Amino acid sequence: MTTMQTSMPAQAVYKDTRSLWEKLRTNRNWLALWFMLPTAAFLILFLAYPLGLGVWMSFTDERIGRTGIFVGLENYEWLWNDSIFWLSVFNTLLYTIIASVIKFAVGLYLALLLNRHMPFKAMIRAIVLVPFIVPTVLSAIAFWWIYDAQFSIISWSLIKLGLIDHNINFLGDPNMARGSVIFANIWRGVPFVAITLLAGLQTVSPSLYEAATLDGATDWQRFRYITYPLLTPIIAVVMTFSVLFTFTDFQLVWALTRGGPVNATHLMATLSYQRGILSGRLGEGAAIATAMIPFLLAAIAISWFGMQRRKWQQGSDND
Amino acid sequence: MTETAATNAQDQAKLAVQAAAALTKSDDSEGMSYLESLPRRLVTLYLPLFIILVVLLFPFYWMGLTSIKPDEQLIDMENYNPFWVIHPTLKHITKLLFETEYPRWLWNTMYVAACATTLSIVASVLAAYAIVRLRFKGGDAVGVLIFFAYLVPPSILFIPLASVIQAYGLFDSPLSLILVYPTLLIPFSTWLLMGYFKTIPFELEECALIDGASRWQILVKIVIPLAVPGLISAFIFSFTLCWNEFIYALTFLQSTPNKTVPVAIVNEFVDGDIYKWGSLMAGALVGSLPLVILYAFFVEHYVSAMTGAVKE
Repeated sequence: MTTMQTSMPAQAVYKDTRSLWEKLRTNRNWLALWFMLPTAAFLILFLAYPLGLGVWMSFTDERIGRTGIFVGLENYEWLWNDSIFWLSVFNTLLYTIIASVIKFAVGLYLALLLNRHMPFKAMIRAIVLVPFIVPTVLSAIAFWWIYDAQFSIISWSLIKLGLIDHNINFLGDPNMARGSVIFANIWRGVPFVAITLLAGLQTVSPSLYEAATLDGATDWQRFRYITYPLLTPIIAVVMTFSVLFTFTDFQLVWALTRGGPVNATHLMATLSYQRGILSGRLGEGAAIATAMIPFLLAAIAISWFGMQRRKWQQGSDND
Repeated sequence: MTETAATNAQDQAKLAVQAAAALTKSDDSEGMSYLESLPRRLVTLYLPLFIILVVLLFPFYWMGLTSIKPDEQLIDMENYNPFWVIHPTLKHITKLLFETEYPRWLWNTMYVAACATTLSIVASVLAAYAIVRLRFKGGDAVGVLIFFAYLVPPSILFIPLASVIQAYGLFDSPLSLILVYPTLLIPFSTWLLMGYFKTIPFELEECALIDGASRWQILVKIVIPLAVPGLISAFIFSFTLCWNEFIYALTFLQSTPNKTVPVAIVNEFVDGDIYKWGSLMAGALVGSLPLVILYAFFVEHYVSAMTGAVKE
């Protein structure tokens, strides 16, 4: 006790003698500031600031080469009465919902298949991820060729099989084009969903399945009451990412159709590029981009609260 | 004592990679699969898996096949079976490499990806270490903010960024991409590395602190060597993301020689020519191969990056 009392003032004196430079170099908070500086610089200059600037630009009539003046909600009013904008919102929602649901279903199914014992398991798992590795635009170009109006291999095969008698106009007909683009998106997204869900499946102990089998559970019951509940947290995270990336997709549609035919595949991102960069109406483009934010926040909120509810049900307050 | 602690730490740091390795390498446990008969496995496992694999790989087969097909076989589907090629030719690929600016675009892509990735990894290592180990005021909040930065998509940022880039005088310069890509990569790599750093035991750092090492020395001499698997994962994944990025490159780069492969393929090869397909597919193939080769060497690291970032 006495030693502590004597040592305490000594430490205080030592602290006071540290020079400013010493403090900047060793104090936890100052040190952290130096360490965070590069990251903060990048994220503030090229992420946070443009995010704010984008919202501001959506309230101006800025064009390429000319600074804009504040016009209030004019861009939004203009978009509100613009049927092409609403078509793009509809397309984006359709694209996101259909692609995400199918990606989830096929991805989960593929993950369950890959989780089973089979020869060449390692190689098959590695190959499955290849569509996700190859740059989207480059595989989109391959799809473009597969969907070609004249030389499509799908049309050719179906004609040879006698199922159809003329070439399918994959990217020329509005609904066919939507379907084709959604298929290409699913094709690219399934490996990501499957491999991440597979990582989740690996953490489920096989003894649970053995116990359930001994109790007479069917395949479906084992999936419904063991796999699905244990996988829910990772499903929530994976699907949040999948929905966000699908909703804001740009490159696949741009490479395949550029929004055509007659705007049938325009997503909000592609419309924003066309109006903002190609036509030079930056303000209007920024307004379309800003209009995506509420949807994104809603998607994040839904998955967030979904996970919260799950935690509450499972009765744990962390993880 | 310290040595065992160090090896322990190394083991733990490798755990995540091993978890990924378990994903890609076959384990010996057969589980309950011996209960199934072969015909049943054939229908419930091999057949669906085969169909899915064929669908997933067909576009690449088609890409490769088209890039070595002579032009007359490309458009004559009556006399030649389109699923195969007779007298393959390297014409499209040589034309691509020697008559276009393709090598230049490939170099641009690689240069931008390598620079942006290196910058991001350096920034992420510092940030992740500060958040996990310095436990500064508001550190957790900063971690959450960085996670939210991961959720901000490029498609809502490219318009304001274009005017920012213009204001800084970086328009049409690869430097613009090198500076902007880290915003996509840092949040992801920081979260991945935070996970790795957490597995390195405190005791090692405490020992070093007592021996008089500064935080910088600890980071460089202890933490980074132990987190090498994590760094490789972050590097591979970031590099792939850069290569794949499209909308920023499309917006910021104007002149043909400065373009990256994805942008150049979409804009430069597309003319009215019906014979364009050979060179387009060759371009797509050559643009994908470096990434596929890289992936083949680092499958486990790649998978651990992908699943690690989602799990955190």
